[in-house]
Amino acid sequence: MLETLSQRLGAVVKNLRGQGRLTEANVQDALREVRVALLEADVALPVVRDFIARVRERALGQDVLQSLTPGQMLIGIVHKELTALMGEQAAPLSFAAQPPVVYLMAGLQGAGKTTTCGKLVRVIRERGKKKVLMVSCDVYRPAAIEQLKTVAAQAEADFFPSDPTQRPAAIALAALDHARRHHYDVLLVDTAGRLHVDEAMMQEIQELHRALDPVETLFVVDAMQGQDAVNTARAFNEALPLTGVVLTKLDGDARGGAALSVRQITGRPIKLVGVGEKLSGIEVFHPERMASRILGMGDVLSLIEEAQKGVDQAEALKVAKKLKAGKGFDLEDFKAQIQQMKKMGGLSTLMDKLPGAGAVQAGDLAAGEKQMRRVEGIINAMTPEERRHPALLKASRKRRIAAGSGVTVQEVNRLLAQFEQAQKMMKTLAKGGMGKMMGRLKGILPGMP
Amino acid sequence: MFSFFKSAKEQAEEAPKPSWAQRLRAGLARTRGALSQKVTGLFAGRTKIDEELYEELEAILLTADVGVEATGHVLEALRARVRRERLTEVGELRDALKAVLAELLAPLERPLEVSGHQPFVIMLAGINGAGKTTTIGKLAYRYRQEGRSVMLAAGDTFRAAAREQLAEWGARNQVEVVSGTGGDPAAVIFDAIQSARARGIDVVLADTAGRLPTQLHLMEEIRKIRRVIGKADPSAPHEVLLVLDANIGQNALLQVQAFDEALGVTGLVLTKLDGTAKGGVIAALAKRRAIPVRFIGVGEGLEDLQPFRVDEFVEALFE
Repeated sequence: MLETLSQRLGAVVKNLRGQGRLTEANVQDALREVRVALLEADVALPVVRDFIARVRERALGQDVLQSLTPGQMLIGIVHKELTALMGEQAAPLSFAAQPPVVYLMAGLQGAGKTTTCGKLVRVIRERGKKKVLMVSCDVYRPAAIEQLKTVAAQAEADFFPSDPTQRPAAIALAALDHARRHHYDVLLVDTAGRLHVDEAMMQEIQELHRALDPVETLFVVDAMQGQDAVNTARAFNEALPLTGVVLTKLDGDARGGAALSVRQITGRPIKLVGVGEKLSGIEVFHPERMASRILGMGDVLSLIEEAQKGVDQAEALKVAKKLKAGKGFDLEDFKAQIQQMKKMGGLSTLMDKLPGAGAVQAGDLAAGEKQMRRVEGIINAMTPEERRHPALLKASRKRRIAAGSGVTVQEVNRLLAQFEQAQKMMKTLAKGGMGKMMGRLKGILPGMP
Repeated sequence: MFSFFKSAKEQAEEAPKPSWAQRLRAGLARTRGALSQKVTGLFAGRTKIDEELYEELEAILLTADVGVEATGHVLEALRARVRRERLTEVGELRDALKAVLAELLAPLERPLEVSGHQPFVIMLAGINGAGKTTTIGKLAYRYRQEGRSVMLAAGDTFRAAAREQLAEWGARNQVEVVSGTGGDPAAVIFDAIQSARARGIDVVLADTAGRLPTQLHLMEEIRKIRRVIGKADPSAPHEVLLVLDANIGQNALLQVQAFDEALGVTGLVLTKLDGTAKGGVIAALAKRRAIPVRFIGVGEGLEDLQPFRVDEFVEALFE
């Protein structure tokens, strides 16, 4: 996610390692590098200045004398300050109001408001709020309402129809009335993208806010946004009582300095981050973990959480039962596992969260995902009987499977070896749980570099 | 999006249309706010060219998304010019800065000529939310105004209601939209080109779904789309436009690089320049990868997509 920043700070610290202690001069050099790194990561200049000043102050204080190595010390300070900059803890969505609880989305054009609406449904459901209604107040962009309707259908939420000839405030009030009378838990109000300098449009959303009195007014920000993030965030924050920020398209970028800027300027917590195009591609924002990730520590915790969420509970239970009943983990289960990996967003999403993921080349990942599809194909070419009893697979059956799935017999053999490893892992899992599995994940998943 | 839909703007809509230069100036007003006003303020309060002045200049360029590398380049060139021309007046520095920026941006000014092929096939690509479909709407309007026949190909088969959005643009411009029922964007665009050739259409605008360069399978898909376009017409696509959101910071450079490697990008469209503090990214682009900027989007109206002109652009920045 923020590898480039991690790499840069890593390089800075490496340069420091050879030196005995931090001096005014070498801190100066290191901080200049940090400054360039943050600027190239699109952190806004005033935020960068503030950050550098704070780190310098700490680095030249007495803390340094107690440190083991200057590099460790500097990493510690940078990490602490980054965490502080992004807000100390994760901030959950609020439902503190008489239902229907209203959420209002705001942001620039193309920030990802409509997609985020779809993703929010999942988060809301996880919090036990079942009945969700969506409405679009975007009467400007062609087919915007149609888009939200499709998204609502995908997310299995209800959709309140609106029409481009209506006034946005009228649409909002009608939807609120409908939500009240039909006892909805949550009403999600999507709005048109707008420029913060467009006064008429900013007035319109203020009017919407007055009419709806939302519990959450979420500012949706593209994580790739540049220096201007400061200006838009400030303007939206002044026009609306924002309650939180959603950072989108975080999977696409190596940097993402906008996260730092927006948090600093608005003072509002970043509540959620959008990753990928699937409806499940939304995560809680963890400032502390984000800071760790910036420093190259990976984000193992967030990965585990994601794994637990993405894994179909029923499917997992079935496997667990089977293991308990003394029946082995078979190729059906192996296939199901691969499919669950896909559900979690594929290898690239997972690898992004593992420590040292910077070392894995994008090309390797693509090859890995291809390999996963291949493995699925091979398993599909087996009979149900063979999948349940892999011991049946001898030379002639292997030849048939290889021909049926368009691979070589060697590849079938390789798959079977991987399967055996996975079988062992499932035994570990039955005993030791997720933590151990994560440790071994890299060696066992098919096609993983 | 369309000012004529806004009740608050209905009055303004009836006033005579402002000229292109006026609109550009209005659109860039905020950039000027970030760049030029600060520059003016800076120049006004100073009597001599010193290090502090350069440092403040650096801050202003960085804040405008010019980027660390290009900012360094601009300042270096500015210092060289100051030395060479023995400039001592703070006021002269302003003209020198203008000249340096114009020089840097000059390679980007190469307008798109849509002639020599029939149909002239333009393929659009970009990340999610960059403004591809809206750009197609504006381009369709532009080419219709020039008296050309236009066909749209709804190659975004992924995003919810993308097809409907393009159909709406087609209806507004009285232009035919080819959209398949299946999910294969390459097939839709292939069909559109075949049909455009059969009917003697001048320009085909092919939409594609938004994708991030990190989504390797989608980058592979768009490579395939390009290959399939080549099968419909070996000389096509005649232009591969990458649509960039001007709000994006230094990541724009990575986007250009990734899409260029996948597709061979021949032109850029810089959208949403009517917000605040934008345009600096163009300088960063010029420094790293000089792909011509064919159009810039400076407003929400149909006619607010205009060819990129360096002199107007720099002039507007400093007025």
